[in-house]
Amino acid sequence: MLLRHTHKDILPREALTVNPAKTCQPVGAMYASLGIHNCLPHSHGSQGCCSYHRSALTRHYREPVMAATSSFTEGSSVFGGQANLIQAIDNIFTTYDPDIIAVHTTCLSETIGDDVYQITNKAVKEGKVPPGKHVFHANTPSYVGSHVTGFANMTKAMALYFSKSTGVHNGRFNIIPGYVEPSDMTEIKRLAKEMGIRPILFPDTSDVLNGPMTGKYKMFPQGGTPMADLVSAGDSIGTIALGPLASADAARAMDGKWHVPCRVEDLPIGLSATDRFIDALRKAAGVSVPDSITRERGQLLDIITDMHQYVYRKKVALAGDPDHLIPLVEFLVQMDMMPIHIVTGTPGKAFEKEIERLTAHLPHKVNVAAGGDMFLLHQWIKNDPVDLIMANTYGKYMARDEDIPFVRFGFPILDRVGHSYFPTTCYRGGMRLLEKILDVMLDRLDRDAPEERFELVM
Amino acid sequence: MKPISILEERKTQVFRKGSDEFDISCDKKSLAGSVSQRACVFCGSRVVLYPIADALHLVHGPIGCASYTWDIRGALSSGPELHRMSFSTDLSETDIIYGGEKKLEKALFELIDIYRPKAAFVYATCIVGIIGDDVAAVCKKVEAKTGIPVLPVHSEGFKGTKKDGYKAACDALFNLMDRTREESPEKIPLSINILGEFNIGGETWIIKDYYKRMGIEVLSVMTGDGRVKNFGSSHRACLNVVQCSGSLTYLAQKMEAAYGIPFIRVSYFGIEDTSQALYDVASFFSDRPDIMEKTAALVQEEVKAILPELQEMKTDLSGKRAAVYVGGAFKAFSLIKALKHLGMTVVLVGSQTGSKEDYALLKDMCDPGTIILDDANPLELAKYVLEKDAHLFIGGVKERPIAYKLGLGFCDHNHERKIPLAGFEGMINFAREVHETVTSPVWDLVPRKAWNR
Repeated sequence: MLLRHTHKDILPREALTVNPAKTCQPVGAMYASLGIHNCLPHSHGSQGCCSYHRSALTRHYREPVMAATSSFTEGSSVFGGQANLIQAIDNIFTTYDPDIIAVHTTCLSETIGDDVYQITNKAVKEGKVPPGKHVFHANTPSYVGSHVTGFANMTKAMALYFSKSTGVHNGRFNIIPGYVEPSDMTEIKRLAKEMGIRPILFPDTSDVLNGPMTGKYKMFPQGGTPMADLVSAGDSIGTIALGPLASADAARAMDGKWHVPCRVEDLPIGLSATDRFIDALRKAAGVSVPDSITRERGQLLDIITDMHQYVYRKKVALAGDPDHLIPLVEFLVQMDMMPIHIVTGTPGKAFEKEIERLTAHLPHKVNVAAGGDMFLLHQWIKNDPVDLIMANTYGKYMARDEDIPFVRFGFPILDRVGHSYFPTTCYRGGMRLLEKILDVMLDRLDRDAPEERFELVM
Repeated sequence: MKPISILEERKTQVFRKGSDEFDISCDKKSLAGSVSQRACVFCGSRVVLYPIADALHLVHGPIGCASYTWDIRGALSSGPELHRMSFSTDLSETDIIYGGEKKLEKALFELIDIYRPKAAFVYATCIVGIIGDDVAAVCKKVEAKTGIPVLPVHSEGFKGTKKDGYKAACDALFNLMDRTREESPEKIPLSINILGEFNIGGETWIIKDYYKRMGIEVLSVMTGDGRVKNFGSSHRACLNVVQCSGSLTYLAQKMEAAYGIPFIRVSYFGIEDTSQALYDVASFFSDRPDIMEKTAALVQEEVKAILPELQEMKTDLSGKRAAVYVGGAFKAFSLIKALKHLGMTVVLVGSQTGSKEDYALLKDMCDPGTIILDDANPLELAKYVLEKDAHLFIGGVKERPIAYKLGLGFCDHNHERKIPLAGFEGMINFAREVHETVTSPVWDLVPRKAWNR
């Protein structure tokens, strides 16, 4: 088994990451760009970056993932990537005909100091960008932050590049959904509409990365935030940003530039975080919460109360992204579970503080690391075993080695379907998440129960 | 779908047998702005060296390169599995400014101390080439202190294509071989090295078993189920047998020059090519006619074992059309033969890294009208697959969802699978996979086809 190379003794490691719980900025930027309608993401760097990111997203979504690359050579690395990018822009509009090219940088192009803004301007001046078409960019150096940072940078870039203010409100609300699945974006839109709000959601990967099978291949599927919406975002009444790390920058930039007031909330994972999201929508739009939503909330609460005995003080190990883990920990704690080992690969001390706050009253020692890795998480589990692991697909190695129930959660999920179609956010997503947790835990109870305790009714 | 325009510059990389006159052009850098299916130098090096299971593989760079290559290949090991862990120096901004050498050195010491690997490979990624870390010097220093070979792999992504990555890996392998070399230069009778076989799903074990039954000793495999110590006697082999020619021919050439070992190129895919490979090796040792006898018996026995089931599947597959788009052209040759064996026709064939000679050979093997592509993009692939009304697509991870969206069967012939496709039993596995997907009733549900019914 893979992880027999994990030893129990936790030695200080100064200089290396083993079995990462994160990946680099550009893949997050590529994912965000795919959430714009008729947009082709472009990786300004070596060919391999683009190939790896496309493969990673393809495996996770089981959908074609399109992106172009500047195909850096040794020459471009010495003399700069300007010629490559200008040629790329020309070729992309000629061959693939998108409306928008969203360029993100890589460690390579960042370090050699390519000024992408200046290069794209030059491309415009040279007539390589047809009228009505757009090229914009985000700086996404791979050696800063993680894939979440890349998503945030690209989201901010699209907001700043496209949005305009006419001085007249459009009567709409911006919602930045954060680094979540296409299914979650649909769910967030649905709830907003249910509240009587016409949201401008960006980015929006629904119907891009969870498209139907039609017997046809479309390079640019029907989904994605329309360019007109991005432009209009400067006229919105307000912005609600979900997930501080992934969305706050974009929301604040809109506030700074167009005075669109913003509110930053946690991702609506679990009961209380969804309450806060709904409340934010309610206050922002001055509407009341419709019965339909109150009912959904009641249903989630119903499952929680029905099943609370089965999760009582169960210990949980978690790996994922900060924006997801914070409301998830809150949700688990609220249900009387004990998340005791929590790792994110994304660096940032604020995360550790917030988790410490949420778990302060637990009758158990809690380990938390920002900038940690799966190896550390596994070591913690070896030293203090848990009843449940929630992590991306790589968590399955630990689950198998230690024989612990496992729920797949986060990015990437390479070995199961469902995440792109069924949300884990908002009340219904909370119900699904809880169903998943209960399924694996009750299956385990059934598996291990002695004959006399094997129960029909649970 | 609206017709796509093929860029002027790409027109020479698409060839239609029978109607076009010009030579295909290949071995070109991908055009900037293309949605290429190709990867980079690092990727090439990483895949070649990856199966060496008792070595440390440390990726020196920001986290991405290590993340994306964490346990994504099905290269099996019969012992240690250190190769399946992901180790990275995870360079951050300050490392980029002040250099990553110190961090690299520390990481190597920490890891070698914990895992006691038999050797260490340090992969230089793009950024390392730019900030100018002297990876070789750090390796040398660590090697002097730890006593194990610590080998730099010069795999900066921008330094060429995946092929250049193979070359960098070959250099590192040769380096390792040369340094762990037993003193005796004497040839070991009836011995070979297997090159370019990565033990995907246990393929190396299948092949090694054939050679054992033929009376041939396999000294080392590069790099399937690889162990560092096995390279020590590589130079004493009588013959190098090179599969997956794209990746390790360069090493075979180096070994020929340094140790006088001749090499032959083979493929273990499909009945024809596997038999040919074994016969070629047997005829190399022509002074021992018993080997040829054993080989003939082996081939006969193995073919006999799989023929009835193959025949059965052929009935269902006869006349079905296949599109093949793979990394190396050599693999495409074998696939065409194997598909023909199943009664199928190849209507499109292409590769990411084929050479001029490869494409000339492909052209000879194909029927008139077959599309031949170099470094294709998804639009081209989709266009021709529909035009040719293929039933099956054989490719890698990025092609799979495109094939499915279009409503045709798919077979993964990349390195992520854990099912062996090599040798005679591999042929049966391959046939089953093809049969499974091509004859599936789900394709009747595809709108495009349902409407036509």
